[in-house]
Amino acid sequence: MIPPSFEYHAPTSAGEAINLLSVLGSEAKLLAGGHSLLPMMKLRFAQPAHLIDLNRIDSLRGVREQGGQIVIGAMTTESDIISSALLQQKVPLLPEAARQIADPQVRNRGTIGGDIAHGDPANDHPALCLALEATFTLEGPKGQRSVKAENFFHRTYQTDLAEDEILCDIRIPALAPGIGYAYEKLKRKTGDWATAAAAVVLRLKGDRVESVRIALTNLAPTALRAFAAEQALTGNALTHAVLADAASKAMAICDPAEDLRGDREYKTAMAGQMVRRALAVAATRCR
Amino acid sequence: MTKKRIKVKVNGRSVEKEVEPRTLLVHFLREELSLTGAHIGCETSHCGACTVDVDGKSVKGCTHLAVQCDDSQVLTVEGLAKGGVLHAVQEGFFTQHGLQCGFCTPGMLMRAYRFLQENPDPTEAEVRVGMSGNLCRCTGYQNIVKAVLYAATKLRDSQRVAA
Repeated sequence: MIPPSFEYHAPTSAGEAINLLSVLGSEAKLLAGGHSLLPMMKLRFAQPAHLIDLNRIDSLRGVREQGGQIVIGAMTTESDIISSALLQQKVPLLPEAARQIADPQVRNRGTIGGDIAHGDPANDHPALCLALEATFTLEGPKGQRSVKAENFFHRTYQTDLAEDEILCDIRIPALAPGIGYAYEKLKRKTGDWATAAAAVVLRLKGDRVESVRIALTNLAPTALRAFAAEQALTGNALTHAVLADAASKAMAICDPAEDLRGDREYKTAMAGQMVRRALAVAATRCR
Repeated sequence: MTKKRIKVKVNGRSVEKEVEPRTLLVHFLREELSLTGAHIGCETSHCGACTVDVDGKSVKGCTHLAVQCDDSQVLTVEGLAKGGVLHAVQEGFFTQHGLQCGFCTPGMLMRAYRFLQENPDPTEAEVRVGMSGNLCRCTGYQNIVKAVLYAATKLRDSQRVAA
């Protein structure tokens, strides 16, 4: 399988990429890691006349700290996320989750920005960004703007990113010491997308939940934040009854598509299990 | 579409060619350079038979454009043996029976080669994770894992001797 013909552009700065996007308009697609776009092009699900390859724009890569926030360039690969000492220390949820994405070769190419901008609810970073209260920096011809993760994902493959904009970076508040976290992902095999997955960021006070954020992967047309489940936990100890209540409230918002990974009932049940597991792991990490 | 001229170092040899942008790296290697070691298996980045090394990283040649390799260094299975002597990973797959039909083997070798540089002293579990992007439908993986562990020991020993 070979992709359809296209013109290839390899800008070396974000400004150059944005100019190209403005000129080429909807005929162009941005190429990040290419592990979603190239397969879609082979199948003719996508047939862009132009590809704008972002891989030679160094300013879009790397992880840095800026005023209590961790700033991750959109073209940072999953492998770079896993090996980032800064992320391991300040946002350990991300390296833990990135290890559960695809396989080593794919992680060498796949980027956090591509994973987010593609708008695929099966991708893992959208839910992680919801749980981590991330903000995205988008840049277009009119300049930069910031969009919170919770406002970014509209529908499957539809995001707040305009046709003439690129995603530049992902900004995540560093997790305070003592905060527990977990990403629990059920998948059939290495490289598969989640049958169901849950991201949890948890703060305990004594044995009671002071605050918690829960987000779900591949259980609806977009990643979901499980607000009702969070409310059911807040102020309570993590007893069996409280966990069961939270899991059922997370399951109530699921709207998964039936596929080879399972029917809607099974996936919804697994969502509840992933929420329970993620909460249990996160609680053991709270100090 | 406009062809692009690319300059790539493949197995240490400089190559300059005009390529269609849509040419995948694995097709470029096989059809333009007659390097048929990297195999085309699933073509959907799952099986890993097309794994090669690009600038010191394992990538799947079916999901990488040749045009993206301009100014890059590419290593394929044809570049592993030196002076007629098998690389330790090749010797491992040979002596530990790490293959049956052999279709996945070039990709396995290239991934094992890079993995052992990332982690020279892996546990068995780490080998399984490190090699998880490569599928084999014959062996059941047991002997592949043995082969990689064999190569790890051999590479460490040869480094000790060199030091």
